[in-house]
Amino acid sequence: MDEILEILGEVKPGVNFEGETDLVESGILDSMTIIQLVARLTDEFDIEITPLDLVPENFNSVEAIKALVDRLAD
Amino acid sequence: MKTLIDYIEKTANDFPSNTAVSDDVSALTYSQLISSSKSIGTALSKLGCKNRAVAVYMNKTPECVAAMLGVSYSGNFYLVVDPKMPAERIRKTFSVVDPVAVITEDSLVNNLADAGYNGKSFICNEIISGAIDEDKLSDIRNKMLDTDPLYCLFTSGSTGMPKGTVVSNANVISYTNWFISAFGINDKTVFGSQTPFYFSMSVTDLFGALRTGAHLAIIPKKYFSFPIKLIQYLNDKDVNTIYWVPSALCIVANLDLFKYAKPEKLEKVLFAGEVMPTKQLNYWIRNFPDICYANLFGPTETTDICTYYVVNRQFEDGEPLPIGNACDNCGVIVVNEEGRECAPDEEGELYVRGSFVAGGYYNNPEKTAEAFVRNPLNTAYPEIVYKTGDIVRYNEYGELVYCGRKDFQIKHMGYRIELGEIENAAIAAEGVATAACLYDSQADSIILIYEGKIDSESLLSEVRNRVPEYMVPSEIKKIPSMPHNSNGKIDRVWLKNNFKEL
Repeated sequence: MDEILEILGEVKPGVNFEGETDLVESGILDSMTIIQLVARLTDEFDIEITPLDLVPENFNSVEAIKALVDRLAD
Repeated sequence: MKTLIDYIEKTANDFPSNTAVSDDVSALTYSQLISSSKSIGTALSKLGCKNRAVAVYMNKTPECVAAMLGVSYSGNFYLVVDPKMPAERIRKTFSVVDPVAVITEDSLVNNLADAGYNGKSFICNEIISGAIDEDKLSDIRNKMLDTDPLYCLFTSGSTGMPKGTVVSNANVISYTNWFISAFGINDKTVFGSQTPFYFSMSVTDLFGALRTGAHLAIIPKKYFSFPIKLIQYLNDKDVNTIYWVPSALCIVANLDLFKYAKPEKLEKVLFAGEVMPTKQLNYWIRNFPDICYANLFGPTETTDICTYYVVNRQFEDGEPLPIGNACDNCGVIVVNEEGRECAPDEEGELYVRGSFVAGGYYNNPEKTAEAFVRNPLNTAYPEIVYKTGDIVRYNEYGELVYCGRKDFQIKHMGYRIELGEIENAAIAAEGVATAACLYDSQADSIILIYEGKIDSESLLSEVRNRVPEYMVPSEIKKIPSMPHNSNGKIDRVWLKNNFKEL
């Protein structure tokens, strides 16, 4: 979780991500940030994120991002 | 008929119930668009001024289009301002155009004060269904000329003050005449609109639609990070024509998206704004060989485009696409450093002549005089042409080929080098998603920045196989993802300022 928070802090500095549950619709994670985030997650966790995983539900909260990474790392 | 709204009113008469503009939450038919624009125009007409700037500070929505046309109904010209633009940049832009009013939204109005603006502002929703004063609007129209400005569009200058290109009704009418006939745009066309309204590319699909009864389906930006939803959206809206920046088309190719979802109605894929890498274009062509692909080329100062190439043969990955030939009713000349026309295979600067050429930069006589010059090949009378700053040459097919920006052309170890050629060599390599090349003039070194799976040593040897030794980058940096500016293009200014920290 901390690792993900750290990456989020790099791609979008100055936001408190904990407790947020609507990162996509609220615009906190805009389209360019999500693309950067995906690239960082792919690199950092050595996972492959396919278009099937690129849906707002997987990016709306830190927990959702963590769940995605855990699922893909298995 | 002389003004653009004359033409749009004719469309609305012919196709009143066609959808003109929609996004994921709202839509306006042609008759609704005209009446909304007239209401906004009536409200603005009370300002009592003519040929002045009115800023449209709104998100990209159907209502924003009504606001833009409303400004024209009032006899003024619009300036679309990016809602995400930093306050300081808004301040600079406003200091150049001095808008008489701003049309905005509830959620944005407070930012205006931060940008130092305390003039008149209108909330779009409050004036979009107000009373229409037909007499007043037709009185204003009767006094309008086709040479009067329709809009002013600021280009993202690399340094200092932004430059606002003033584009007239006549420019847009001539320009769209070409676009509509070259690509067979009609009331059955549905555009999937990607580019923002403060970017010149949007002029093409927006007014290409509004002149023909076509539907402009605005694609919410978020779909470009959720690409399966993007394809669903295109299918739900029956989109058959797209005009996107190559970076957006590359997102699709780099994700191998067509393995998961396929656009069902697409017939035309047009692109402009930056170089389209042939590797990613070939991905599209392999998946959809029957679509018409075209590479459009031009600057804001020629309304949007001056030359184009419809892809009609195969290209190897990494082989550059030509930019083709001049659009109908647009002239191009290639001029060498002595101010003479280039020999058939000589490189030179592209100059553009004719009705697409804008009037100049607002309140900026110096920059206007530098770029809008007398045709050096015509000494008989003053004919103004626009110097694009782009270096081009003709290939063996008689098509123009883009060699690079005049200011990207560098001298390194005594050689004249186009950084674009190095980028092309890198992008062609397996495992490279995108690449950008920079020149550090202080260190006299070439820096290649890329995104992709390949490691930097392998890429370096790939590049070494494709370009002469003096063009091999001295530094190569892999980054997780390429930065893009608000238009969706690779952000070269940011890279230039930040490459040392990468």
